[in-house]
Amino acid sequence: MSIAPSKILATLRVNGRDVTLAFHPHATLLEVLREELRLTGTKHGCELGQCGACTVILDGTPVLSCLTLAADAIGRSVETVEGLAVDGTLHPVQRAFLELGAAQCGYCTPGFLNAAVHLLEKNLEPSEAEIRDALAGHLCRCTGYTKIVEAVALAGRRMRAAANG
Amino acid sequence: MGKNGAAPSQAHVVGASLPRIDGYAKVTGAAIFADDIALPRMLFGKLLRSPHAHARILSIDYERALRHPGVVAVAVGGDLPARYGILPSAQDETVFAIDKVRYVGEPVAGIVAEDELAAQQAAALIEVRYETLPSVMSIDEALLEVDGSGEKIHPESRKANNVHKEVHLTFGDLDAGFAAAERIFDDEYFFEGNTHAALEEHSAIASFGADGKLTLWSSTQTPHYLHRVAASVLDLPASRIRIIAPPVGGGFGGKTEPVAHELAAAHFSRKTGRPVKFTLSREEVFYTHRGRHPVRIHLQTGIRSDGSIAACRLQTWLDGGGYGSYGVATTYYTGALLPVTYKMGAYAFDGCRVYTNKPPCGPKRGHGTTQPRYAFESQLDEIANALGLDAGAYRAAIAIDPYSRTINHLRVTSCGMREALSAVAERTDYSEKHGKLAPGRGIGLAASAYLCGAGLPIYWNPMPHSGAIVKVDRGGGVTVFCGTSDCGQGSQNMLAVIVAETLGIDILDVSVCAGDTDLTPVDLGSYSSRVTFMAGNAARSAALDVRERIAAAAGAELNIAPDRCVFERGRVFDRDEPERALSFVDAARAAEASFGTLAGVGSYTPPEDLHGDFKGSGVGPSPAYSYSACVAEVEVDFETGEIRVERIVLAHDCGRALNPAIVEGQIEGSAYMGMGEALMEESAFRNDLHRIPNLLDYKTPTILDTPRIEAIVIETEEREGPYGAKEAGEGPLNPVIPAIANAVADAIGARIYATPITPERVLQALDGTTGKLRLRAPVATRTA
Repeated sequence: MSIAPSKILATLRVNGRDVTLAFHPHATLLEVLREELRLTGTKHGCELGQCGACTVILDGTPVLSCLTLAADAIGRSVETVEGLAVDGTLHPVQRAFLELGAAQCGYCTPGFLNAAVHLLEKNLEPSEAEIRDALAGHLCRCTGYTKIVEAVALAGRRMRAAANG
Repeated sequence: MGKNGAAPSQAHVVGASLPRIDGYAKVTGAAIFADDIALPRMLFGKLLRSPHAHARILSIDYERALRHPGVVAVAVGGDLPARYGILPSAQDETVFAIDKVRYVGEPVAGIVAEDELAAQQAAALIEVRYETLPSVMSIDEALLEVDGSGEKIHPESRKANNVHKEVHLTFGDLDAGFAAAERIFDDEYFFEGNTHAALEEHSAIASFGADGKLTLWSSTQTPHYLHRVAASVLDLPASRIRIIAPPVGGGFGGKTEPVAHELAAAHFSRKTGRPVKFTLSREEVFYTHRGRHPVRIHLQTGIRSDGSIAACRLQTWLDGGGYGSYGVATTYYTGALLPVTYKMGAYAFDGCRVYTNKPPCGPKRGHGTTQPRYAFESQLDEIANALGLDAGAYRAAIAIDPYSRTINHLRVTSCGMREALSAVAERTDYSEKHGKLAPGRGIGLAASAYLCGAGLPIYWNPMPHSGAIVKVDRGGGVTVFCGTSDCGQGSQNMLAVIVAETLGIDILDVSVCAGDTDLTPVDLGSYSSRVTFMAGNAARSAALDVRERIAAAAGAELNIAPDRCVFERGRVFDRDEPERALSFVDAARAAEASFGTLAGVGSYTPPEDLHGDFKGSGVGPSPAYSYSACVAEVEVDFETGEIRVERIVLAHDCGRALNPAIVEGQIEGSAYMGMGEALMEESAFRNDLHRIPNLLDYKTPTILDTPRIEAIVIETEEREGPYGAKEAGEGPLNPVIPAIANAVADAIGARIYATPITPERVLQALDGTTGKLRLRAPVATRTA
């Protein structure tokens, strides 16, 4: 094996469930999610915090999982793309991305979805400028962003309608 | 229609903007990309790469690396000596460099270990002794005679200096054309190299079984070509190799040829008897890229008094990097498609690709046609301005006609360029705005054309370019098997649309099995915008094949002639008395009872009369061409030189839109990517090194830089396309770059003759220090 410090045993709350596992103290949250927990929906595009693909929600805040130590997530709540759909029903943001074609190759999509859900949790009626600001840390090479912006706005409208009964 | 299959909500799938069938997995994180695959006992690989641009390898000592804890195996050049390359004419690479290295980042050794960290630590322990050689880092240097202190990048090459390929073609009487011209416009341009930067970093997993069979999963756009190269490099029968292309996380041409890590994974799996994975880092992707060639362009166009083109002469010099890659095809492509848009009295093309000590260049979206298109559409803008003509009307007046031949003998069928030109001009009030906006604001227009698939395969063979099998299950489920690779453009969905439409069933009753050489008939791959046209036609013909048997059985059940059977909304019914009907499931069961297992086969081979008969005529022909037009509006800050793109309107003739939302998505993505190339993206080098091999410094447009793109789908009926369809994946990119360049020229009143159009270049142009680009005339290629 590699010359590496020994693993630590810890508990993380991932998509609402406590999981206890062992990982190296230098392991990133990205590595632990993908390689230990096999939650491969979280993607990597640079491992340098430049592309946004690996974004997950940590205690309610979007973080770049490639720059976050898994050790910093001990005892905290992590939400990944796998947790967005509830009982097989897509989250309105997922539904809108699907319907409008906001996911092409789909590689950047999980990061965008997490950032968009986070935005709409704070603000169900974001302006186009607010949507763009919230997603500014995410790169997409396929869509030209146009359908992504439209999908987030559409999801917001639907969530407002649902909230208003 | 009961529990066996859902009744479709609409009569036709073609033309409906339904969610793509692979979209469900992509919005839930369920899609399994190559790096998401993990196998039991899997080893992890790393490549050791050259730190030198040009050097002889004197020795490699990997004993220390081999002893590092966790390391299982190491390999160097001699372990995999077979030469390979994507083109039969350019077999110039080995998996690991042998004797010398030709660019920084070239793989020199490979190492596999129990975990990624061990492989990485051990790679640093491999000791390579180099003797450095003078490097060649530009087109100019490559054209110079190699002096005593240096050596050619490929010493065995018979070409002069570091020239890789020269092309000289003339069509019509060029001298007479220029003599008949009233004015001759003579300009030089430089198009900087750039890269695909797909979000997914390349990954490959190999598993070599005890039965001597290899399975190789790879993020590749071309599983069939990887199959061929793997067989040759590993010296294994192709029948013992299975290539699987999982969903690809963005391609744009960057994953169209076999590269070292894929073959290294296969080699190590065979050597160790364990699965092996190689995933590249982002920095490695910049070295592996095979991106857009930097191209210097000299363009002379002779115009008659009415503005028509009497003669055009194009010269291109391509900076190819260290190896051949697709470069011979790229060289031809810089000349082949210029005449597909406009009528010309005569045309000459001289192309020259040189080797330099940079990562090899290859195809990026628009392959080789993007750079000269930028130059030509920029010059046409100057011509229209000089003649006092409206840029859109002028282009429409000289546009090629549908169902005609170009000056270089290419067959043109449907052509919606005039419609695309009027659509973008009208939407933006181009004619009212051009030349009349306030200082600092500008509007620009450009047009273009692109292939719907290369008319000839990469290696000569008389077999189909695409094949498909459509299998009908007795439960009503239909599976289409086709060797395509979906890099996000929607090829999975395209196959499902074609088959669902042909059989009249719900698109979700169709499953697609693609990109698996054990299971799927060959499709040549996702390049040259060929998949909708070629795989679509193959799938359509396979679906028709099986439909014939279902119609025969249904006709017998309904007591009507089979040709009266209509397949629609999950039913098979009589054309004349629609109430006489069977469900599709019952019709399929009847057919299986009559004919046995139900499967149809289909294949597509392009027609042979697409091109002329001359050396080089194999690059450029296509069964159809797509046409695009673009208008861009910009605002330029005279203080900082910054350019803000305020609007892009992009119209694209895609034949018939099989799924309009997906076509729009391709147009929008093309607009964005073209904008990046026009304004900021560049593969820049300094002191032999890639200056910016990361996604922060290699600038791509963010969501804040990109305007809301207005896509206009222009539909023409392409007789030979599947349901009338052409392509949408690459063509729309080409007019965007010159439209933005023309808008900047309109905004600042000066032309910038190079990309990317950076703030620095804007300020220089405003100072008048740039003027026209006058590059030193290279001697070697001015002979034609």
